Amino acid sequence: MLETKNLSHQYNKSQKFNFPDISCQPSETLLVLGSSGVGKTTLLHILAGILKPTEGKVIIDNTTLYSQGSNALDTFRGQNIGLVFQKPHFVQAVSARENLVLAQSMAEQKVDKQRIDQLLSSLNISTRASAKTHTMSQGEQQRLSIARALVNNPKLILADEPTSALDDKNCNEVVELLLKQAETVNAALVIVTHDSRLKNIFSNHIELH
Amino acid sequence: MNLIKLAWRNIIHDPLNLFLNLVLLTLGIGLINFILLLNTQLKDKFEKNLAGVDMVVGAKGSPLQMILSAMYHIDAPTGNISIKEATPFLREKHPLIAQSAPLSLGDNHKGYRIIGTDHTFLKFYDAEINKGKLWNNLYDVTIGDEVAKTLGLKLGSKFKSSHGFTDDEDLQHDHGTLTVVGILKPTGSVIDQLILVSTESVWAVHDHDHEGHDHDEEEHDHDHEGHDHEHDGHDHDHEGYNHDGQDHDHGDHHDHSGHGHDHSAHNHQNDLSRAHLLTHEHKDITSILVRFKNKTNFQALTMPRNINENTDLQAASPAYEINRLYDMMGVGTKALQLLALLIAIVSAISIFVSLLNSLKRRKYELSLLRVMGGKPTKLLTLILLEGLILAVLGFLLGMVVSHFSMSALGGNLQDKYNYQFAAWTTHGKELLLFGGTIALGLLAALLPALMAYKTDIHENLSEG
Repeated sequence: MLETKNLSHQYNKSQKFNFPDISCQPSETLLVLGSSGVGKTTLLHILAGILKPTEGKVIIDNTTLYSQGSNALDTFRGQNIGLVFQKPHFVQAVSARENLVLAQSMAEQKVDKQRIDQLLSSLNISTRASAKTHTMSQGEQQRLSIARALVNNPKLILADEPTSALDDKNCNEVVELLLKQAETVNAALVIVTHDSRLKNIFSNHIELH
Repeated sequence: MNLIKLAWRNIIHDPLNLFLNLVLLTLGIGLINFILLLNTQLKDKFEKNLAGVDMVVGAKGSPLQMILSAMYHIDAPTGNISIKEATPFLREKHPLIAQSAPLSLGDNHKGYRIIGTDHTFLKFYDAEINKGKLWNNLYDVTIGDEVAKTLGLKLGSKFKSSHGFTDDEDLQHDHGTLTVVGILKPTGSVIDQLILVSTESVWAVHDHDHEGHDHDEEEHDHDHEGHDHEHDGHDHDHEGYNHDGQDHDHGDHHDHSGHGHDHSAHNHQNDLSRAHLLTHEHKDITSILVRFKNKTNFQALTMPRNINENTDLQAASPAYEINRLYDMMGVGTKALQLLALLIAIVSAISIFVSLLNSLKRRKYELSLLRVMGGKPTKLLTLILLEGLILAVLGFLLGMVVSHFSMSALGGNLQDKYNYQFAAWTTHGKELLLFGGTIALGLLAALLPALMAYKTDIHENLSEG
């Protein structure tokens, strides 16, 4: 499902990141651990098709990510990769539900109301569907951002520090949601974090140095 | 969700900015269109009412004032001229003149000017009778379509004229009740707002007021006055007599067998022939409208100058004077247009700045759209659409404001000058203005849109 080969990225002469090869199958979870400054976000962006690596290949579902044109890459990302960020951001001008609609239309998918309703209710935010996102609590916002990552039934879910701002209770809740939802859509889940609490939950992890 | 909807939601997400942008745009576009509307219609009125008049002859004074009073009926005349002086231009067989019409101004009815003239006047405006007949008898009036409609006058309606050009009850003439005998078809020209009577009717009304029992040398006048005076003394008789007179008229008003006969018949019939008019050498008229047989003829071209240099009369060319008026108005109009353009430019800058500001605020949002699969061209389109929607809204509001202002001003002008202005018509330039507004909105949004196009997702999200 997800495979990388010889990935490295060089921002400038003094700063070069070399990444170990990664592999993650559908419904599997991979934890990428590392303290700040070791290139966690760089790796995540490379995996997400946002940042082209200086060297190496990323293969998702038999597609070599950076060998396609940039427009095709954008659409591929929208349809196949779901991203969850540390701090949830949304399009402020539209409601929670419409943020999910946007995720579908931006990826050039048909708007699937059923899928949206189902996600909203399984993440327990149906009642907040028409609220503007800035009026939602942090927990609600985090759940909505998971919903957004999942709305197009992606093959790969990438989570960037999804728990580091949360207390233990919420941390567990979010991890459980991520695992459950990734499993439902049969997606590979990669969590990039420095949160060592997660180490105990996931057996499959690599560390960046 | 399509981009138009998203752009719209983004715009209304910031109501204060939206308000500021729209106020500026509306003001700029409203002002530009208002000036265009007014200018187009003013020019249209001026040009339509040129009516093929090549020269106006009147008393010495301001030539523009003479043109405005004799052709547009919005200013006071420069003075009067005697029939004797005017005779050369009123003669029917003048070698250079195709047609001419004598005008006697000085009275009004409820603000609508009463013009003493003969039937040649109608030819200048291609006016035709709609109901009733043309004025033939003393105190008969034929009225323009708008006069009839606005004042609710019908065939047979009677009124008394007032002295001067504004509606003033105190200046009402005591003598000479005018009777509507005809209503003209609407022409769209100034004749719609005029009340036409015979030259002698104007004299008759005025002779009474100003001269009392004027023992005029000329029998016809004397006759008329005599009758009128009697009628006024015996009101009931007067009414009855008048009706009688009218009844007879229907039967015999075509039967002109000579003025002497007419007057002796005591039926108020009044000879409108030019030859008859010219017999009143010592009477006054106000001005003469002249159309040349050939206006490029050398003698015709030099005629106004000859008149101005060699006689006590003044001649002026309407086309020339109106162009001079345009030039004078042009300065004011240009200043206003410049101001409007300036406001439009400021509004474009305001749109530009507010889009740029919102872009800074929405940096992360735009990156999100990219992460969700949005192509750079989608972000470009989104921002351009935001500028476009503002422009379209501004244009629509500007149209509403300008047309309402025109409607208000039109009412005002109608009260003052009787000219009707259409507030709810369009002119070709509105389409051009629409194009200009769209271009302005797109131009203001172009740089922000390009910046959105170049959004560096990696960098924005890393700062996140």
